[in-house]
Amino acid sequence: MTLARHAGIAIVAGVVLLALSSKLDSFRQYQLAQVAATVIAVAGLTVLIGISGQLSVGHGAFMFIGGYATALIVMHLKWPLVAAIVASAFVAGVAGAIMGVAAARLRGPYLAGATLMLAVALPAVAFQWQTAFGGDQGLDFTVTTPGFLGASFQLTEWDAWVCCVCALIVLVMLANLLRSRVGRNWRALRDNDTAAALAGLNVGQLRVRAFIVSAACAGVSGSLLAVTMLNVTPGAFTLALSIQLLTAVVLGGLGSLAGAIWGGIILVLVPPFLTNTAASHGFSAGSASVPIVGYGLVLIVVMLVFPAGIQGGIRRLFGLAGPTAAGHVSAIGRRWQFAWKPAGGRSAAGNPAGYGTAGDQIAAREAAGKNGVTEEGTP
Amino acid sequence: MNRSHRLGLAPMAALAATSMLLAACGGTSSSNGALQASAPGVTAKTITIGSTQPLTGIAAPGYDEIAPASNAYFQYVNAHGGVYGRKITYKYLNDQYNSSITTTDVRQLILQDHVFAIFNGLGTPTHLAVAPFINAEKVPDLFVASGCACWNATSSWPQTFGWQINYIREGKILGKYIATHFQDKKIAYFYQDDEFGLDGVKGLDYEIPAAQVVAKEPYNVAAANPAAEVGTLAAALKASGAQVVVTFAVPAFMALLRLSELGLSYNPTIVSSSVGSDPQTLAGLLNSFAKQSGSFGTTLIQGIVTDSYLPSLGSNDSWIQLFTKIHNQYIPSLPLDGNVLYGMAVGYTFVQALFKAGRNPTRQDLVGAVNAGLPQGVSVAPYAYSSGDHDGITGAFMAEVENGVITALGPVQVTDSSAGGAVNTDSTAQPPAPTNGIP
Repeated sequence: MTLARHAGIAIVAGVVLLALSSKLDSFRQYQLAQVAATVIAVAGLTVLIGISGQLSVGHGAFMFIGGYATALIVMHLKWPLVAAIVASAFVAGVAGAIMGVAAARLRGPYLAGATLMLAVALPAVAFQWQTAFGGDQGLDFTVTTPGFLGASFQLTEWDAWVCCVCALIVLVMLANLLRSRVGRNWRALRDNDTAAALAGLNVGQLRVRAFIVSAACAGVSGSLLAVTMLNVTPGAFTLALSIQLLTAVVLGGLGSLAGAIWGGIILVLVPPFLTNTAASHGFSAGSASVPIVGYGLVLIVVMLVFPAGIQGGIRRLFGLAGPTAAGHVSAIGRRWQFAWKPAGGRSAAGNPAGYGTAGDQIAAREAAGKNGVTEEGTP
Repeated sequence: MNRSHRLGLAPMAALAATSMLLAACGGTSSSNGALQASAPGVTAKTITIGSTQPLTGIAAPGYDEIAPASNAYFQYVNAHGGVYGRKITYKYLNDQYNSSITTTDVRQLILQDHVFAIFNGLGTPTHLAVAPFINAEKVPDLFVASGCACWNATSSWPQTFGWQINYIREGKILGKYIATHFQDKKIAYFYQDDEFGLDGVKGLDYEIPAAQVVAKEPYNVAAANPAAEVGTLAAALKASGAQVVVTFAVPAFMALLRLSELGLSYNPTIVSSSVGSDPQTLAGLLNSFAKQSGSFGTTLIQGIVTDSYLPSLGSNDSWIQLFTKIHNQYIPSLPLDGNVLYGMAVGYTFVQALFKAGRNPTRQDLVGAVNAGLPQGVSVAPYAYSSGDHDGITGAFMAEVENGVITALGPVQVTDSSAGGAVNTDSTAQPPAPTNGIP
């Protein structure tokens, strides 16, 4: 039933986006494609951080892998685009598995440090093997629109279609995953890993799985960004990108897929909007940092007004505060010791044992029940 | 001076281009008709052009002055009648020297802002990422701010033109001077490990006998610890016994090299590409790295041999007088250094091309105007522009840094980018700046 509902929403959204994309000018189509591609990475990261409770400050590295995989596959193997995207997700997923094995042993700042290292180190690969990866200049490749659309069909519109369809597919898959046993296990793990282990969950394996899913999403995202830009360069996957993804996750609403959509939109559209606004108000030469300051202000204001992110704020405004939404925030807040107050709904206050909200406890019990006690727990 | 970072890779495979013939017949607009909206970005009153520049980020120090300087020149032109009465609007976006941002910025400029042309996009890797797109959209891509020889790709990128002397030519001119003046000396190279340094080394090797070269030390511009990297390389240069060190390096790495050499008590003759030798920039960096002030930096760059393709700041030249006047009027808060000079000079060249494109120009008219050649103006040597050659300035003069200014050591030398092409003295005098400052 859940699958049918999610798929239904996605199909409606797809039709709307399709109709919308043909009305946009080419630059807006390009931006739509970029938003859709970015949403995938943000959604993957929000699953990792908000649902499985692991932090990654280096997700740009998995986008790097996805982007370069697509460029190399299209250039050398000449695979069709869809195959290249799927293969890129696979390659990034494998990298995520490797990172996940290391991550499963690390927590908090140590995990952050390890993922940070990945984001810093990986782009150097492009410089080390210049013939294969093109060094600073990266790799250029071409993608053409399929023949049945006609010769005059704009590449930007085709890119928008591909990116939107991929984003919807990934979102439906993630939404179902989160409502499955795996999703419940992740929540249990996030809220209290000792309790989860005692309940019979294989904590290490769950963490690795979360990394694989999240990295594969980042791989698809990097692949699609490469396709829209028709090149990949190390400069596109800097540490700043990784941090921006993290920002987008928190801004949109930690642990919420709808929040990931908001995060992606903000990440792609707000900086150029601020630049253009600044330019039209006479800031130009010597005021290059005006948009950067503006972006910082947006972050601060959103966090002050909507501590649970934009999606949390919308839920609060429209009274949609579901127990899980609020529960996520409070639980994650404790986990990372973020100094925010729960946005609404049930609060974690008065729960000295720190086992999360009632909703989370239910999730943990459910997870444990479904898995049974026969599964190995991590010591 | 450099303008750009020139990291980069070789150009792409060639395609056949038919537009060149059409382009070559440009300038078809009526000579006296009313001003009309003749192309995207051209209205009866304005011409809008766009660019991508590093206004913040790693490449910003120094290079962030270039676009404001070009804009100052355009404002001066606008205040003195414009181009056939049209005013130039220059929209430059900050790409932070990050090619993924360049990619988005250029799409915004072309698809949304509908600029007439892309002008002086800065950087080799950044601009290489967008040149295929700009050409596919048939937008003029004039005077890229990078000396990569790759912009001269008339068949694959017929819309793209270089401007500053390319690094191969520069290497040849420096190499010829070294081969003549340091015949018995041991020579070593210190260069950036990318298209910038490699093109430069190619030019040097065309002229300097291989037996004389005792060491070649490339540096990685993205090194995690630049000071340590340069320190190791400087020790290797000293160990090689080189008496002359030739550098193709950006200012920051030039400064680190000088400081490392100072630490090693190693004092070879430095011969530097114009990219790394702007005295103001270099002296400022030296002072800032060494936490010194006053004449520390200026002393450390005294005697550096270099080349220059623009008139020297501090001289009595008519171009320098013109640009000093514009600087003082429009951008007095910026230092009057090599970057500002560069920005105004390339702006002047663009206005030359606009005038030549006619009263109601199309994009093809503008490309055609440059393909038909531009008269020498602000540069010390002529342009190479023709329908089969999109290289810019063809020569430079050898010079020495003396008391913080560039002093000529000899006449202007011109050459081509080939292995066999001779380096010749160019005896034609550079034309003076027009009295009203407008081409």
